[in-house]
Amino acid sequence: MGRITLNNITKSFGDVQVIPPLDLTIEDGEFTVFVGPSGCGKSTLLRLIAGLEDMTSGHMEIDGRDVTDVPPAKRGLAMVFQSYALYPHMSVRKNIAFPMRMAGVDQAEQDAKIEKAAAALNLIDYLDRRPGQLSGGQRQRVAIGRAIVREPAAFLFDEPLSNLDAALRVGMRLEISELHERLETTMIYVTHDQVEAMTMADKIVVLRAGVIEQVGSPLELYREPRNLFVAGFIGSPRMNLIEGPEAAKHGATHIGIRPEHIAVSPDAGEWAGKVGVAEHLGSDTFFHVHVNDFAEPLTVRAPGEVSFRSGDTIHMTPDIARMHRFGRDGLRIA
Amino acid sequence: MATKASQSAARLMMAPAVVLLLGWMLVPLITTLYFSFADFRPLRGVFEPWIGFDNYERFVSSSSFWDAVTTTLVMVGAILAITVTLGVLLALLLDKPMFGQGVVRILVIAPFFVMPTVSALVWKNMMMDPVNGVLSHVWRFFGATPHDWLVETPLLSIILIVSWQWLPFATLILLTAVQSLDGEQLEAAEMDGAPPLKRFWFIILPHLARAITIVTLIQTIFLLSIFAEIFVTTQGSFGTRTLTYLVYQRVLESQNVGLGSAGGIIAVILANIVAIFLMRIVGKNLDA
Repeated sequence: MGRITLNNITKSFGDVQVIPPLDLTIEDGEFTVFVGPSGCGKSTLLRLIAGLEDMTSGHMEIDGRDVTDVPPAKRGLAMVFQSYALYPHMSVRKNIAFPMRMAGVDQAEQDAKIEKAAAALNLIDYLDRRPGQLSGGQRQRVAIGRAIVREPAAFLFDEPLSNLDAALRVGMRLEISELHERLETTMIYVTHDQVEAMTMADKIVVLRAGVIEQVGSPLELYREPRNLFVAGFIGSPRMNLIEGPEAAKHGATHIGIRPEHIAVSPDAGEWAGKVGVAEHLGSDTFFHVHVNDFAEPLTVRAPGEVSFRSGDTIHMTPDIARMHRFGRDGLRIA
Repeated sequence: MATKASQSAARLMMAPAVVLLLGWMLVPLITTLYFSFADFRPLRGVFEPWIGFDNYERFVSSSSFWDAVTTTLVMVGAILAITVTLGVLLALLLDKPMFGQGVVRILVIAPFFVMPTVSALVWKNMMMDPVNGVLSHVWRFFGATPHDWLVETPLLSIILIVSWQWLPFATLILLTAVQSLDGEQLEAAEMDGAPPLKRFWFIILPHLARAITIVTLIQTIFLLSIFAEIFVTTQGSFGTRTLTYLVYQRVLESQNVGLGSAGGIIAVILANIVAIFLMRIVGKNLDA
């Protein structure tokens, strides 16, 4: 069980308030991702939930129990750190056993749980090695193993994949998602990588400067970003945001259109522009197109291998149904 | 640039330093070795260049030799225990953020800058003096009879003085080790349910193991040759005669250079045995 409720919590370091009053509910079994640019307070929020930082004010509940003043060890949460934080002088077995040893679990039960966790995480052959002798991915799995054996109410992940190389990251992303499906335990995952957020989350919480900008499923955020910030943050490559007369035509201060919602044609279309840089990914091609009246180049996706060259003039038509309009205050106009 | 020419140029330029160092170390050692096999008592005008191992036999078989060895080991062991234990605690304390951290850290290092002779004199006359010493005033303040440190507990007094001098060194090395500990490890241990004392025992202490062995090794090398503190305070009486001090007495007080040299060579051998032991331990820790 692990339903986490945050009521009106704030956090200040000295005079600086990093988290203004914030409410959030994380349902039992949900995979929630906190995402935002660096310095947005997402790690602080996670550490508040973990109990590693004290809240300045507000209440927090886990399954209806007030844990605001409960020390981290007694909250029943397990955390996986960015640096993995393995104990370097202990073998993998002892690392995984450490929380059970602290809790005074008897040896037979410890062994059984270690075997089970090691089997699930492919660590059987490495149990007697030290963390220093393992690769990044293996260390990551040991850290997860150490969290699993505690059978926590919720797992907290603090940017766990940021120290891995790109290929490994994709693999671990999948493994964590599978783990979540198997354990059905609440997981809170902090990342600055919106691809990780989109691929793993049941629920994404977009944060900026300690303020929740939007909460929703990945596709909700993709389809209906609540404001300009979320619009620009979610989606890769990012949404084209256009202001000025072109936006006024649609009755908005800003309009947003994703690269994949613009049709490209060599001879006819609403906007015309010169192709700048082309990024060929094989499955898709992204063009940066300079349109005369626009302040910034448009990013446009063309499916497959398209043979426009740099300097060519092309014509583009936005899909009006998928265009996002934002008012003067930056909020979405329905 | 490892061409032949640059290599020989490098050798040429290093030569003075190497020759100087070799001379510095080898000449005294060889002279000592030479004298240790001679019957050399300059004030009596005796000089017999070769008397075999007589000096060694006499030095080892005298009752003061084993006493001196024991005293040396007790002294070095006690000082190590005190400096390492207090050093770890002080390092943990100094690692905490506090007001005036920089100044406090400099103050902590201060005793290390005081010359051994001076600090021993200060301790003897200003701290441990039974009439005017600061400690005796403290004793009197609590209504107790002042303790005559250097007469009643001379070995302990010297241990305290030397520990005071070496504590900064231990603290400093251990402080850098404490600072290099990854904070996330402590947080992970906290989340894993380890209370402060267990965090210290299972995480901090193992992390410090390497620094502690290094402190032990370096201090042992220097502590084996403590001299000024003994010379200034007890002159080797009341069971404070270490091996080093015994050698000094044989050479200068008994004017027997041959006997003293033999003692010196024995001390070198003993020190090397201790060093090899310590190196083994350090080596084990460095592997980990």
